[in-house]
Amino acid sequence: MKRRQFLQATGASALLAGCATITGQAKPHIVVIGGGYGGATAARYVRMWSEHAIDVTLIEPNASFISCPLSNLVLGGSKQIGDLTMSMKAQHGIRIVRDTVASINADKRTLALASGATLGYDRLIVSPGVDFMWDQLPGMLKPGAQDRILHAWKAGAQTTALRAQLEAMPDGGTYAMTIPPAPYRCPPGPYERASQVAFYFSRHKPKSRVLILDANDDVVSKGPLFKKNWKERYSGIIEYRPSFRTADVDAGNRTAISELGDKVQADVLNVIPPQRAGSIAVQTGLANANGRWCGVDFLSFESTQANNIHVLGDAIAVAPLMPKSAHMANQHAKVCAAAVVDLLAGRAPDAHPMLTNTCYSFVSDKDVIHVTSVHAYDAEKKTLLVVSGSGGVSPGASALEGEYAMNWARNIWADTLG
Amino acid sequence: MKHLLFAILLSAAGAVWAEPSAIPPGARLAATCAACHGTGGDTKGSTLPALAGQSQQALSASLHAFKTGKRESTIMTQIAKGYTDQQIEQLAAWFAAQKKTEAAK
Repeated sequence: MKRRQFLQATGASALLAGCATITGQAKPHIVVIGGGYGGATAARYVRMWSEHAIDVTLIEPNASFISCPLSNLVLGGSKQIGDLTMSMKAQHGIRIVRDTVASINADKRTLALASGATLGYDRLIVSPGVDFMWDQLPGMLKPGAQDRILHAWKAGAQTTALRAQLEAMPDGGTYAMTIPPAPYRCPPGPYERASQVAFYFSRHKPKSRVLILDANDDVVSKGPLFKKNWKERYSGIIEYRPSFRTADVDAGNRTAISELGDKVQADVLNVIPPQRAGSIAVQTGLANANGRWCGVDFLSFESTQANNIHVLGDAIAVAPLMPKSAHMANQHAKVCAAAVVDLLAGRAPDAHPMLTNTCYSFVSDKDVIHVTSVHAYDAEKKTLLVVSGSGGVSPGASALEGEYAMNWARNIWADTLG
Repeated sequence: MKHLLFAILLSAAGAVWAEPSAIPPGARLAATCAACHGTGGDTKGSTLPALAGQSQQALSASLHAFKTGKRESTIMTQIAKGYTDQQIEQLAAWFAAQKKTEAAK
């Protein structure tokens, strides 16, 4: 069957399903936008928990799933991007459509694909990840600037390109990374990245420096642990500069410019830009928190803006102490999937959902530190709160936790992709 | 080609919604463990133990020992403290009832 015909068939059957469900006769149809840690997990768990009674269509433009977690190891040199790349296969009866969504009509419960086809849904799960707010760094909008100055904050071609810049940099050079104000995707990620680049320099370019230009007033996650490891392992290589709020970038001169006018030139400049919910969520009006993040009901992850639309992962306006992490997106997905099955079956969602978070960070090629927390729904405050007494960080970096981190990756990849 | 298209349309339009059974509370809770321990507690890893198929008593004893700190760990003490004793029993019962190979599809 040709792709176009397949899409038309998919659209037609989905529309039929959507219409028929109003009378309670046909199989419900869930559409999931985004096949990352949130969306792919939600698709699988809706299938699993509905005992395959609900049809699921997953819309994702990329043929491969490339993990952001562990991608800093590609910069450090101990992993290749291929180690983190998995093909998106249709499993568990999920229908995968390789396309992007052009628009969503929440009233009609339909969406238009970039290819032109229309899909109907009973409930829509939007897991679009983040997009970058380049307008806050005007120099990055100039032609060629984004080819020269990389973010590598979505794993893939940017990751390998940044690694190539580091390899091409002469010994004695400076790698500088700018960190946006929190909240951003993966709170410990920038500090793990600094550790990985320093690990590479310590082995291959010992006269080189890592300069962290952090818009935040202190290290956002695992601060004491990162600082201790930098001192012990990378003394003289890593320099941490807090409260450097990057306001502009001179891409031609590889220079970061702070809001106070301070200029820092580097041999390799890596700009992690400010972030917001993925553009389809913003465009649909779901980003009702400062126009950046999507408010949700934490019992179901249904949007506080639009009925029958759920939002997951990095795109949501988070609950207190909830990180924007892959692990957390996996957990959002399960609460959401259960609620979607419950709601379609005419049942109330679970009133006491639980979530966990675990983020492992590599401070070398093998040694790892973690942060973890357990979150439970607070009916009075109507949000998810960290369970008192739970959670914490590693006492110190260890190779045992490095093993756990690799096991975590294998298991969460299998949990996500089936 | 036409037959195939027709078949797809027919199957989707004609499919009747068989309402799924309720999701067990143990399954919902256990899904919080899957990112590290595998879907349904069936680990793909080598160092994190499979939870599926362990005895309920052993699982319960481990989780309580983590919670009180009697059993040393890097991370499980911090996680076990987030669950009530009743939730620990639910988790132990659910994982004990799962099969070790691909417990949940």
